[in-house]
Amino acid sequence: MSIAPPYWLLAELTYRCPLHCAFCYNPLDYAAIRDELDTAGWIRVMREARAMGAVQLGFSGGEPLVRDDLEELVAEAHRLGFYTNLITSGIGLTEPRIAALKEAGLDHIQLSFQDSTREMNDFLSSTKTFDLKKKVAALIKKYDYPMVMNCVLHRHNLAHVDKIIDMALELEAEYLELANTQYYGWAKLNQQQLMPTLAQVREAEQVVQQYREKIGKRCKLLFVVPDYYEDRPKACMNGWGAVFLAVAPDGAALPCHNARSLPGMELPNVKDASVEWIWRESPAFNMFRGDAWMQEPCRSCPEKHIDFGGCRCQAAMLAGDARAADPVCSKSPQRERVDAIIFQAAHKPAPEVRTQPILFRTDANSRTLIAPMPAKVTSA
Amino acid sequence: MNQLPAMPRLNRRFRMQWEEAQQAHVLLYPEGMVRLNQSAGEILKRCDGATTVDDIVAQLERQFNTTGLRDDVLGLLAHAQDKDWIA
Repeated sequence: MSIAPPYWLLAELTYRCPLHCAFCYNPLDYAAIRDELDTAGWIRVMREARAMGAVQLGFSGGEPLVRDDLEELVAEAHRLGFYTNLITSGIGLTEPRIAALKEAGLDHIQLSFQDSTREMNDFLSSTKTFDLKKKVAALIKKYDYPMVMNCVLHRHNLAHVDKIIDMALELEAEYLELANTQYYGWAKLNQQQLMPTLAQVREAEQVVQQYREKIGKRCKLLFVVPDYYEDRPKACMNGWGAVFLAVAPDGAALPCHNARSLPGMELPNVKDASVEWIWRESPAFNMFRGDAWMQEPCRSCPEKHIDFGGCRCQAAMLAGDARAADPVCSKSPQRERVDAIIFQAAHKPAPEVRTQPILFRTDANSRTLIAPMPAKVTSA
Repeated sequence: MNQLPAMPRLNRRFRMQWEEAQQAHVLLYPEGMVRLNQSAGEILKRCDGATTVDDIVAQLERQFNTTGLRDDVLGLLAHAQDKDWIA
């Protein structure tokens, strides 16, 4: 089988972050993962990935602005010919830094918001950042970057989707990503708190469609449906080892954002091996490449080259087997487990009645979670 | 459909470059890419805001030593305009 080169390199520069979002996809034990790659290490990764043919480069985290060598890394990425994307909460994006990043050749900034109101934004990220983010959005426009606004959706903000779109229009974002929460990492931990009902999702979808018709090309609205409410799984990562390569702060190479959580997965590290070897030869990147690994019902499924069997992490979490069909699929024998979660979402008390505290992504909570999953965890 | 601009220019929100690994011109934009076939690449390369559509057709016919490219060029430019690649 010929292996196409990676197209997307996601450089997760650090797990350090000033926000504490309850739906963060970073690993629960991120606080134990130290020993970040240094500047030279990142430059080598970028060079090797670019030489293979990678074109898009995302600087992410954690909060990538925490790294004071970000400008240097962007400059090198730009020299190499990458299209460079900064994926940020905006915290730390001062005017001198945004000007320096422009000078370094940064192509685009994706700014995350947690909601359209100060109260919800600040509650869900467990910080006071909303006004600051609006200032940053204005700076992004002042320095003439294309701006993608990103807002993660869940049961507490789906009803505000119209306000979120209005805010994106007011801030002159070119794209608005309305990404429903995917239940991994911290979001899985807080799933009971975050999971919307089907009615909420459909209503929001309609609002988005009405806006699309009204605003035309002014701002491109992307609405990512929560996959639990579909009957076919998402084509996760466009296939394992097909286009996407993430490198974690400590140099671990990940075939998907969440690969650290897959049982039995030995992740290669860029400190020990070349990007070329990792992509083409490493057991981790070949584990679910192609379709030889599939079991029934995927193996004989006519749609296996459309969705690649869905998400391996979801299969591991919900079906207990990373090689199983993603239980989101109506053909999966474990679909009832997804339906049970949906049923629970529809029959739980109103959102304002919180039976269990939301667990924010904090170093203290992360350290508690380094130990085998505790029976009881309280909010910080 | 809107009328084509007299001297089309690549939308500055897109970056066009040659990708050796893909042996193709690509259009890059936030977190995305369009891979262009050879003729689309040759046409869009000439959308510099200073060359008329007639000149683009003439240049291509000269370069590929052929005639009758006008409809193909207009078709691609209409598609590019629809996709916001040119203005």
